[in-house]
Amino acid sequence: MTAATGIGARVKRKEDLRFLTGTGRYVDDLPLARATYAYFLRSPHAHATIKSIDAAAAEKMPGVVAIFTGKDLAEAKVGGLICGWVVKDKHGQPHKAPAHPVLAADTVRYVGDPVAMVVANSHDEAKDAAEKIKVDYEVKPANVDLAKALDNGAPQVHAEAPGNLIYDWELGVKADVDAAFAKAAHVTRIDIVNNRLIPNAMEPRAAAAEYDKGTGQYTLWSTSQNPHVLRLILSAFVLGIPEHKLRVIAPDVGGGFGSKIFCYNEETAVCWAASRVGRPIKWTAERSESFMTDAHGRDHVTHAELALDKEGKFLALKVDTIANMGAYLSTFSTAVPTYLYATLLAGQYTTPLIYANVRAAVTHTAPVDAYRGAGRPEATFVIESIVSQAAKELKMDPAELRRKNFIPPTAFPYQTPVALQYDSGNYPPIIDEAMKIADYKGFEARRAEAKSRGKLRGIGFSSYIEACGLAPSQVIGQLGGGVGQWESAQIRFNPTGNVQVLTGAHSHGQSHETTFAQIVSDKLGVPIENIEVVHGDTATTPFGMGTYGSRSLAVGGSAITKAADKIIAKGKKIAAHLMEASVDDVVFENGTFKVAGTDKNVPLGQAVFAAYVPHNYPLAEIEPGMDENAFYDPANFVYPAGTQICEVEIDPDTGETQIVTFTAVDDFGNVINPMIVEGQVHGGIVQGVGQALLENAVYDKETGQLVSGSYMDYTMPRADDVPSFKLGYKVTPCPHNPLGVKGCGEAGAIAAPAAVMNAVRDALAPLGIAHVPMPATPLNVWQTIQGVRRAAAE
Amino acid sequence: MTISVAMTVNGKSVSGKVEARTLLVQFLREHLGMTGTHVGCDTSQCGACVVDVDGRSVKSCTMLAVQAEGTKVTTIEGLAASADKLHPMQEAFRDNHALQCGFCTPGMVMSAIDMVRRHNYQLDETTVRHELEGNLCRCTGYHNIVKAILAAAPAMKAAGV
Amino acid sequence: MYDFAYHRPKSLADAANTLKGKDEARPMAGGMTLIPTLKQRLARPTDVVDLGGIKELAGIKVEGSNVVIGAMTRHADVASSADVKRVIPALAELAGMIGDPAVRNRGTIGGSVANSDPAADYPAAVVALNATVTTNTGKHAADGFFKGLFETALGEGELITSISFPKADKAAYMKFRNPASRYAMVGVFVAKTGDNVRVAVTGAGPSVFRVKAMEDALAKNFTSAAIKDMKIPANGLNSDIHGSAEYRAHLVGVMARRAVDAANK
Repeated sequence: MTAATGIGARVKRKEDLRFLTGTGRYVDDLPLARATYAYFLRSPHAHATIKSIDAAAAEKMPGVVAIFTGKDLAEAKVGGLICGWVVKDKHGQPHKAPAHPVLAADTVRYVGDPVAMVVANSHDEAKDAAEKIKVDYEVKPANVDLAKALDNGAPQVHAEAPGNLIYDWELGVKADVDAAFAKAAHVTRIDIVNNRLIPNAMEPRAAAAEYDKGTGQYTLWSTSQNPHVLRLILSAFVLGIPEHKLRVIAPDVGGGFGSKIFCYNEETAVCWAASRVGRPIKWTAERSESFMTDAHGRDHVTHAELALDKEGKFLALKVDTIANMGAYLSTFSTAVPTYLYATLLAGQYTTPLIYANVRAAVTHTAPVDAYRGAGRPEATFVIESIVSQAAKELKMDPAELRRKNFIPPTAFPYQTPVALQYDSGNYPPIIDEAMKIADYKGFEARRAEAKSRGKLRGIGFSSYIEACGLAPSQVIGQLGGGVGQWESAQIRFNPTGNVQVLTGAHSHGQSHETTFAQIVSDKLGVPIENIEVVHGDTATTPFGMGTYGSRSLAVGGSAITKAADKIIAKGKKIAAHLMEASVDDVVFENGTFKVAGTDKNVPLGQAVFAAYVPHNYPLAEIEPGMDENAFYDPANFVYPAGTQICEVEIDPDTGETQIVTFTAVDDFGNVINPMIVEGQVHGGIVQGVGQALLENAVYDKETGQLVSGSYMDYTMPRADDVPSFKLGYKVTPCPHNPLGVKGCGEAGAIAAPAAVMNAVRDALAPLGIAHVPMPATPLNVWQTIQGVRRAAAE
Repeated sequence: MTISVAMTVNGKSVSGKVEARTLLVQFLREHLGMTGTHVGCDTSQCGACVVDVDGRSVKSCTMLAVQAEGTKVTTIEGLAASADKLHPMQEAFRDNHALQCGFCTPGMVMSAIDMVRRHNYQLDETTVRHELEGNLCRCTGYHNIVKAILAAAPAMKAAGV
Repeated sequence: MYDFAYHRPKSLADAANTLKGKDEARPMAGGMTLIPTLKQRLARPTDVVDLGGIKELAGIKVEGSNVVIGAMTRHADVASSADVKRVIPALAELAGMIGDPAVRNRGTIGGSVANSDPAADYPAAVVALNATVTTNTGKHAADGFFKGLFETALGEGELITSISFPKADKAAYMKFRNPASRYAMVGVFVAKTGDNVRVAVTGAGPSVFRVKAMEDALAKNFTSAAIKDMKIPANGLNSDIHGSAEYRAHLVGVMARRAVDAANK
């Protein structure tokens, strides 16, 4: 029964039917009677003071129900949005925390900063009216260019953050690292820019809110990855609505990739206004608003140096990074370039000494926060770029240099010099397998053949490590995180034997409804069609931390496993009673309780029925009902690792790069559903390829206008930008969670930029090119080639 | 300007009063409550809104409802014969895990069916990838969508759809 | 978008009458540019005159050695037309490269040519094939029809009815797409008819333009080698985050050579 649907099976997804028949329910799909529609008037300037707002004419427009400005929110004592992670700088001081008003009251700080909310009977009417609002702005110079954001004289974003510095943070002992560099046989240096990205979940952000006057209950539907955390923030910090009077529902959500973790202005304003308007309010971002206001990702300027001995062993790594926070600190922004970045700088290697200095800057651009991988792609890009560059400089094979420095399989658990302790791993077989699949041996022949066609062929490696499965709560607390990072689960049997699995995680593409059902089916022997996974509603599911950081399975799945164990334990007591046996003699196999060595048995369903109809039941010893809760707090992060190999061909006439083949071999620990894991890897790789070759959020450095503000200018990966992928697996089970699983959601995006860029650099190396800006667009590659040709000609 | 509009959607005659500026996708979603067709962008590029109008795939966000007067429209809701009898393309998407969050899926499926028909059920990977130019997916990396469409082509032919 | 009065005339005469005297009336062909423009509130017409109901405007005919394409003919129909493929295969190929399949099912040749978008494909074919643009009031030669950015020789209320493309001995279109929008960043249409060669470039400048030096060289020797070292001045070409003027100038050369090679195949 469970063999085809249990752990390890390629079970077809339970959620697919509704998505394939147009019956999914996303926030914008909700039919809300008497709904009004909100539209946000946004700043057209990157930096300006608001001298006055005149909404008189707008209020008279047809269909207008209400107009709210920052002043209204301030008068109602609505708090500002918060940053939930306190990073302490190198002097032990907490980061600067400038105010983040829900609607800008006196100053606007990026193009798209909301200044007024118009509520009307239709979206078009709200928009028509918004155009009639007169805002008198005094435009100020904008701080846009990250590389210069911390310079003297750069325009100031917030009075609370002098010099635009949010923190100057470090990890490691600089003097020790400097000493190691002094003794190095070779030092490799790189300067890289990790390009800014716009997440672009295909469903734009949306919110709808309703207030019930009779009960004082607010309901907020939001495109959220973590509805409980959103409720907590809104209740405790921003709106003051008691948690039990605020229900947050994240129904079907069309992708998130991090961008839907955060608490945003619009959902806050819509929720607040619902009681004032007295009718439901709906808001859905237009795509151009998503471009302007979804929290962006990455955006680092980095200098890195790697010290090696004469055999090529890594002695020390030194990294200096400026990270862009945007105009305001988004919910988890401060943690991304620190604890999710610098702690990963050991990679898969035994580098004994690492020093990282990270300065976070505010700029007049959209807030920047976690985006698929969050910090770990940035770390991987630094390490894997510098390792490949070192191999080139030392004229070593890039795989050989990696292998020489891998943490050996015997060294686990392995304490890195940057705080993390890797629990498990075995890296050499992964790179071997990847090289075999990618036919690394045949590469030079393929390069020569490409050359005969006038094409430049290159190959690139990226051996990544990531820490995910966020996270041990006490570690998070020590590092300044404001929340616990456990996950919850509830397994609720109904009297007729079917099961509801309630999880605090949230699925917005990750397939929890299938994977979690597989775990329960496997553990309890219940047919998968009798299991329903419920998520995304604070009124029905236990408090949970939501989905991000590849945590749902490792943490949420572990909670489900714990709850299943409690079901089994209780079932054993019931079965022992029914079989008149000792609990110690009862075993649970294939969905049935048995007394070892006898033919006595009680199917789980019978025990469940007895629990709900406890006519013959040990009521003195156990409670009726079959409904178990579990909370799971992990002992450590999980550490997926792998190697990707990318092979590209560049057309030197046009600068176009084509990915010819792409291989990924990963160790995700045990795999619940290989089909779903492969899908996660494919999607992650393409986001990484997108960063490497296509995607770039570009602001005009003077005006702060978002130049890449639509799909006309922001290059989303399309089907013909990528090939089909070749995947492989190695398994070292995670030793500290009950399923032995790691995480697979971010791996592709973490590793791919370095794999692609190393391939591009390798292809261009014969021309004497070491550095190519990311993304390696046709223009960037062509200009790079022109640059060396011009230099050669001079 | 309010205009009466009438068309056939998924085999049923429907009508309504719309503004001239009402888009076909708004008519489907807001007037008819058929929310399977999605809006993912405002520049006619993402393809989440693709529906079939008189046998041709169109972006319903770039067509006025009044332009669909008298036409036959098929949406994602109109593909499956019944809950347990999906269209071969829907079946192939499920078999090949060609969807994750599901948001681009309606437009993907509609475009894919049109693609298979235009190419007379004969497709190869390069053609499929090229033909998907007007449909964006952020989850799947396209790998399994391509696989699904290649699998669906002969299945559609066999099923005569 | 802002609301407007909608009209769907049944004849060309009705359309012209409806447009007449209304300053802010806009004709709509396929709507592939107009509707996105309206959605972004970049235009505010009082009236939109939908040409989709005018049967006489759609269709493809072969007249002598010319292909005559009605203004409301969809890109998909040009791309798949047996007549176009037989007489001017390069034109069918160009039509098949516009936008994406759903856009090709709505977009029309008349709309594209009348709009004179700097990144549109058809203008390159119109100019390189020396087509004639017929309207409800007269005829326009290709040269001089495209006046500049979104500007043509069409007068007030003048509507394109058809475009007549003379057959070329050899022709090909090569397009370097803007990576994001997939519009032509540089598109080069090369056509050879007898001793006459025309090279029309779209995407690179404010409007389609011919490259005289290439035409002269190719008229003498219709091979890509003949224009191998020819440099196009970058002056006046478009520049944006996807391509500098220098890059576009370079791509004109690359695409022109590739078009010549394709035409010779």
